[in-house]
Amino acid sequence: MAELTAVLASTHHPFYYKATTSPEEERPPYAADWQRKVEAYRETLTAAEPDILVMVGADHFHQLWLDNYPQFLIGKQETYDATFYNEEREFGIPKFTLNGDIELSRYMHEQLLGKDFDFAVSHELKIDHSIICPIITVRPDADLPVVPIYTNIFVPPLPSPKRFYQLGRAIREVIDSFPSDKKVAAIGTGHLSLELGGPRQFGEHGPDPLFDADAIEWLSTGNIDAILANVTHESMAGSGNATHGFMDLLLMMGIAGPDVHADYVDQLDLFHTREMYMTWYPNKNQSQLDAAARAAETAQASTGPIYASDPAWEQFRTAQGRPAAAAGS
Amino acid sequence: MSKYYVNKFLYTIDRDPEWVASYRHDPRGTLSRWEKEIGGWINPTEQTSWLEFTPAEREALATHDYVWLFENGAHFFLNLTLFIALFDDEYAAESGPLAFQLEMAQKLGHWTGREYPSVAL
Repeated sequence: MAELTAVLASTHHPFYYKATTSPEEERPPYAADWQRKVEAYRETLTAAEPDILVMVGADHFHQLWLDNYPQFLIGKQETYDATFYNEEREFGIPKFTLNGDIELSRYMHEQLLGKDFDFAVSHELKIDHSIICPIITVRPDADLPVVPIYTNIFVPPLPSPKRFYQLGRAIREVIDSFPSDKKVAAIGTGHLSLELGGPRQFGEHGPDPLFDADAIEWLSTGNIDAILANVTHESMAGSGNATHGFMDLLLMMGIAGPDVHADYVDQLDLFHTREMYMTWYPNKNQSQLDAAARAAETAQASTGPIYASDPAWEQFRTAQGRPAAAAGS
Repeated sequence: MSKYYVNKFLYTIDRDPEWVASYRHDPRGTLSRWEKEIGGWINPTEQTSWLEFTPAEREALATHDYVWLFENGAHFFLNLTLFIALFDDEYAAESGPLAFQLEMAQKLGHWTGREYPSVAL
């Protein structure tokens, strides 16, 4: 059977590529710190020695459209193009060509249908920044075959948080049962609290830093009960109109499993949003844990959960315990 | 509001650099041309017969009125990315990075703390 050697859940800030490849004098002041953290995070994937990447993301109205919008979709192709015109225009992300893994795509599709996840399938899927951004950050050589999975975080009504978690659990079962001697890593990207096209966008911090604090604790401790008790579509909207991308991070926690602590956790307050980088090693070995420890030392990250009581969030707490952004509203 | 049709306009303009440039410099003329050439398009041989804008939608799109579009349920992501394409460069050149995005936020500031208009169709 295949071995799931790593699960990575991260944000996918599309400004990273431009911020870290521009001429030195044009880089924003936060670029060096950001790059150091991302390159350290990359080592947590390298240590997993993957042969195939299962990639979870969400098309941002680049290819999928309201005339026929799927809740969940899998690509089944030999090759995937990446980066649409308006992503090159807006973010400066270059074009890519990624190899696919037809065998795992087909197996994943069939097995998920057998587990009552009725996926749409595409044989002409072009990858957008939700998947090419993590390639840029953690596998910039783009040298591994991918199996892309898209979820709907944009077109209401959306599947429930519970359904995203259950899909993660199902994907885990499928990877574990895949008849292959290959090593598989699962990489998914989403958001913490985020506002796009609304009054809270591009503020000094993300729209709800204390949601971010809770979210990182819940994810890094595998606390599905707390998430399902506290996170609804309405509560996510209250933390920022694009916060529903959190559900893709929840999906990745589902792949890692309940009550499983992450082996690497990092976060970075990046003006209008908070970046988060998390890795689990489901079949951990010493070399992976050593790599996580080295990466954590470089990035000043954690080799275990980060709790909402971490001093990093003290500045956002008011006497009422509400985030500064919401308290001002 | 025929939110679907408004979103279709935002989506199809945003994905094509020639339509973006046209909409920036001649919004009203571009809107009329778009309705003839793109609005009913399903595929190269099939057309929708029933989609149309309300007068208020047509006027909002013809005047680049992204505040009205937000307030009437245009999808927030499409509403943001297309108007970034139209205005980001000149705002950034004049007032620095993210100047347009921050002005957009400020113009929508009266929605802070309120439930936003639904983007559901």
